[in-house]
Amino acid sequence: MKRQLDNLAILAVILAVWQGLYLYAGDVAISSPRTTFAYAWGLLSHAPFWSHAAATLLAFVYALAISAVGGIGLGLLLGLRRFAGDVAEPVIASLYTIPKVTLYPVMLLLFGLGLSAKVAFGVIHGMIPVILFTLAAVKNIPPVLLRTARALRLRPLETAATVLAPAVMPEIVTGLRVGFALTLLGVLIGEMFASQRGLGFLIINGINSHDVPMTTSVTLLVVVFAVCANGLMLALDRRVHHGG
Amino acid sequence: MSAGGMSAGGTSAGGMSAPPPRFGRAARVMWTRVAVMAGLVLLLEVLCRTQIIKPLTMVPPSVMAGEMLRLVAAGEITGDIAQTATEVGAAFSVSALAGFVLGALVHAMPRVRRAIDPLLASWYAVPFFVFYPLLVALFGLNALPLIAIGVVFATPAMMLSTIAGLDRVPRVLRKVARVHRMSPVREVALITLPSAAPHLFTGLKLSFAYAFIGVIAGEFILSSGGLGYGIAYAYESFENKRMYALMLLVLLVATGVNGVLQICETRLARRRARA
Amino acid sequence: MSLGAAPHATLRAVTRTYPGARPVHALGPIDLDIARGEFFSVVGPSGCGKSTLLDVLAGLSAPTSGAVAFEGKPVAGQVPEGVGVVFQEDASFPWLSVHDNVAFGLRRAGMDPAETARRVDYAVGFMGLRDFAHAYPAQLSGGMRQRVCIARTLVLQPRLILLDEPFGALDQQTRLLMGDELLRLWRETGATVLLITHALDEAALLSDRVGVMSARPGMFIDLVTTGWARERDSRIVAEAGFGAVTARLWKSLRAESMKAIGHGA
Repeated sequence: MKRQLDNLAILAVILAVWQGLYLYAGDVAISSPRTTFAYAWGLLSHAPFWSHAAATLLAFVYALAISAVGGIGLGLLLGLRRFAGDVAEPVIASLYTIPKVTLYPVMLLLFGLGLSAKVAFGVIHGMIPVILFTLAAVKNIPPVLLRTARALRLRPLETAATVLAPAVMPEIVTGLRVGFALTLLGVLIGEMFASQRGLGFLIINGINSHDVPMTTSVTLLVVVFAVCANGLMLALDRRVHHGG
Repeated sequence: MSAGGMSAGGTSAGGMSAPPPRFGRAARVMWTRVAVMAGLVLLLEVLCRTQIIKPLTMVPPSVMAGEMLRLVAAGEITGDIAQTATEVGAAFSVSALAGFVLGALVHAMPRVRRAIDPLLASWYAVPFFVFYPLLVALFGLNALPLIAIGVVFATPAMMLSTIAGLDRVPRVLRKVARVHRMSPVREVALITLPSAAPHLFTGLKLSFAYAFIGVIAGEFILSSGGLGYGIAYAYESFENKRMYALMLLVLLVATGVNGVLQICETRLARRRARA
Repeated sequence: MSLGAAPHATLRAVTRTYPGARPVHALGPIDLDIARGEFFSVVGPSGCGKSTLLDVLAGLSAPTSGAVAFEGKPVAGQVPEGVGVVFQEDASFPWLSVHDNVAFGLRRAGMDPAETARRVDYAVGFMGLRDFAHAYPAQLSGGMRQRVCIARTLVLQPRLILLDEPFGALDQQTRLLMGDELLRLWRETGATVLLITHALDEAALLSDRVGVMSARPGMFIDLVTTGWARERDSRIVAEAGFGAVTARLWKSLRAESMKAIGHGA
């Protein structure tokens, strides 16, 4: 009960800060919570918004699929081949610290404007954590589990399926959770430059046409989606870690 | 809660803080890495020179490097560098300080900590860049929105690291402080902070990286001066050579500074690791 | 113990050297016969190769030279059927409940579900885990996780049980009680038990025979027969003979231990 009250309190603080900013900066900067909610509701009840949302979702799903499959594949490979993993890991980890925004022009030059560029932006953001978390998961499998598999006389395929896979699963799920958020970020930014469709485009377009309620509402909807999705994945993450 | 998923410390072999490896596996790993990177750069150079990659798409790495050095030497981009550096510096200092103070406060108030836990856990799920336009509308098209995003991005990382560091001060060390009858100030200065130092340093490292990313991305998206803007402008003016030169500069600065911070962090962790 | 019958497991001139830039001669030569149904303990200073001995005997590690046999058949590269191993580290599967952990080996072997359920239920009860059958290892203490590993080995009804310092992380009183459980297990299953331990009193009170290993490279420098009755438990510590056995073990071991930690003998 106390926890729910505290959560409500946090929500109230956020709304208060928002209202405060509105009062300080006025209609030209940000729309009030009430206006925004009404506008957002309006957006959600009409088709045009959803066609943009669908465009974002399409790019996002493609990017996530590539990040997940590619990320897990590479992570497994680098984790199992210890030398390659040791060589590659610091390089991949340092990719985190590069402002990938600076690579966007290269993406645009390589992929042109449109869906492929958006997907590419998403992938360069989202694949890195998936690779790193998978790699770490494989490296950190306690050796005693492998010895146990041998002591139980399991065949190699059995060992992989019933011991190795479940052992690395929790960390991979965490990697996918982080990758999910970053892929979304990448796709949205991609839409801010490379597209005439999608939620990122709606935001930047709203700015250019001084449509403040539009910008604020779409931002709100995106944030709400991101937070809810992350919440679900956190719950999954916790379940998969089995109290560990 | 992973602060964006950056790992603290690379693959450390454990043991004392060692001199750079000359023999053995660690050396082979390092040299292989150098060789692979050099090979990739060489490959890129060849592909560009032989026009397999068209000049309109990419210029050879040697040209990138040359142009970068020329720009720096000629002082053409000193203003941009100064602007970006100031913004990053401001964002980093504010977020490091605020993150540390807030982290310490939250650590000391368990109820507040529990309350904001879900907030911090979803912080890095939010695509913050969508707030740039709003911030511009609020603060104007100057350095403030950039610094603000840098701070918003970097502060929670410092907070989380501070909290983790303070959490991990072994309870027994606090008892040692009482046995020595230390005042609270002395305890914090001589025991708490040194004990939490590795985590605090990790927080600084992450703070810098996030502040850097936030500022550069902001300059790029908002076209407000600095190196990020320089890249966007060069792209739009079809000045490929200049664009790639600036990209290379940003890349080198990011990798360089973070690399140094990473090495320091690994050394610090290695010296402190209980095997 | 049936005298004159063929030994259950044998090691003949077994050595094990770890390869590498500087090869490490970890074990041997070792010659050992373990009788069927015997409770045999191995004690020795740290790093003397006790775990290596277990690995070689179990087939987890191939000997550099010499021969290992179990029930008359050579052991090479693969763990033979009928051998169970409990490791020093926590080997419970964190993603499975206690019940599923214990059932794991049986399910992999394709055992009929009814029989599986019966055996798992018995093992879980035997190891005192009934109240925790649906908990996950992360929610249990170290000692309980070790009991899960023992139960998981138990259900397979191995004829030779190898245990590598299974009670290392436990306090003395719990160790004594777990020792009693191990003896109960031994008597009820009739299995042969090889226990690796660094605790001399534990070896002395639990075993029929104790092998004392030297510092690395580990070789047997003494084999002590305790002569205890099969029906025994931790209260043996009160017997006069107990002190004598422990004293003899320490006499052999003291010099080796000093060597192992770097002092001259």
